[in-house]
Amino acid sequence: MLNWIWAVIMLLAIISGAVNGRLEQVTNAFLGGGGQAITLALTLGGAMCVWGGIMRIADKGGLTVFFARTMTPLMRLLFPGLEPTGAACRAILMNMAANFLGLGNAATPLGIKAMNELSRANPDPDTASGHMITFVVLNTASIQLLPTTVATLRLQYGVSEPFNILPAVWLTSIGSAVVAVALSRLLNISPKKSGRHIVKVSI
Amino acid sequence: MNTAKLLSVWTVPAFLVLVLVAGKARRVPVFDEFTAGAGDGLRTCVKVLPALVALMTAVSMLRASGLMEMLSSAVEPVSRFLGFPSEVVPLALLRPVSGSGSLAMLENIYASFGADSLIGRIASVLQSSTETTFYTIAVYYGSIGVKKTRHTLISSSCGDLTGIILSALTVRLLLY
Repeated sequence: MLNWIWAVIMLLAIISGAVNGRLEQVTNAFLGGGGQAITLALTLGGAMCVWGGIMRIADKGGLTVFFARTMTPLMRLLFPGLEPTGAACRAILMNMAANFLGLGNAATPLGIKAMNELSRANPDPDTASGHMITFVVLNTASIQLLPTTVATLRLQYGVSEPFNILPAVWLTSIGSAVVAVALSRLLNISPKKSGRHIVKVSI
Repeated sequence: MNTAKLLSVWTVPAFLVLVLVAGKARRVPVFDEFTAGAGDGLRTCVKVLPALVALMTAVSMLRASGLMEMLSSAVEPVSRFLGFPSEVVPLALLRPVSGSGSLAMLENIYASFGADSLIGRIASVLQSSTETTFYTIAVYYGSIGVKKTRHTLISSSCGDLTGIILSALTVRLLLY
C-alpha cells in the first residue's frame, strides 16, 4: 500500500542518510523534490494536453474502435470480462500502442485515462480492481519495439549498430511482462477474504 | 538500423495524418475535439500532481541518502550467483525508482566500460526492457485515488526481477 511504501522510503532515506553522513543532502532533496515534481508535471502536462486532444479526435473518428476490434482476442486474454471495444479497452490499447512505439509521453496520459475508465466499473474506489492491477503491471513491465532513447545514447558513444541489442531487449521485456501479468492474474483468483491477506504479504 | 530509424522518425507524423484524415472523413469537428481533449489532459495533470510531489520527494531523498550504494554492495554475492555483472547492479536498483537517474547511470557505465562491451550491452538491455515501476504505480493509482494496491507491487517486482535476470542471460546467449 502506498501509505506504507511512502513512509518507509522516507524513513529509510533519513536513517541511511544519518548512517552515511549525508543528512544534509537528504534535507536538500526533501526541500527540492517538490520543485522537481512541478517541473516534471509542467513538461508532462504539455504532452498530456496534446495527446489527449489527438486521441479524442482518433476516438471520435472511429480509429480506436477499429483498432480495438482487431485486438479483441488479445484483450479477451488479458482482461477477461471487459468489453473488448468499450472505452476502457480502447484507452488501454492506445496506451499499449504508445508504449510499444516508445512514445512514453503519450503513454502516460493514455494510461491515466484508462485507469479513469476502469475506475468507473470499480465497486470499491479505494481498492485496486483485478483489471487495474493487470494494466498497471503491464505498464511497469514495458514492452517496447524500439528503445530509441538508449539507441541514441549508444550511437553517441560510438556504437555503429546501436540496435544490435534488439533481440535481447524483446525477449527480456516479453519474459518479464509474462511473469508479471501471470502473477497478477494468479493472485487475483483468490476470493475477497483471502485477498485482504495477500495485501499484507505483498507489502 | 535504417528500417528502425525510419520507423522512429515516421511513427508520430504518420499517426497524426491518419487521425486527421479519418477525423475529417467522419466529419469530426477536429479543433473543438482537440481542445476538449487537451482540457481533459490538463485536469488529469493537476490531479496527479500531489502524488507526483509525494513520490519524487521521497525518491530523491532516497537517492541522496546513499542507501543505493549500500544495497548494491550487499546484493553483490547474489548477483554474482545469477551471472549478473556487479557493475550493473546499481543501475538495476535505481531503474525502478528513477528514470532520469538511471539514464545518467547508464551513461556513466558507457563512459567507463564502453557502450558495446558485455557490461554496456547488459545495461542497455536492462534499461530498455524495464520501466520506472514505482513512479508508474504512484501516478496511475494516484490519479484515481486508489489506496489499496493489493498485489500490484509483488507482481511488478517479480516482473522486474525477471527482467534483470533475463537481461544478462539473453545478452550472453544471443549476442555472443
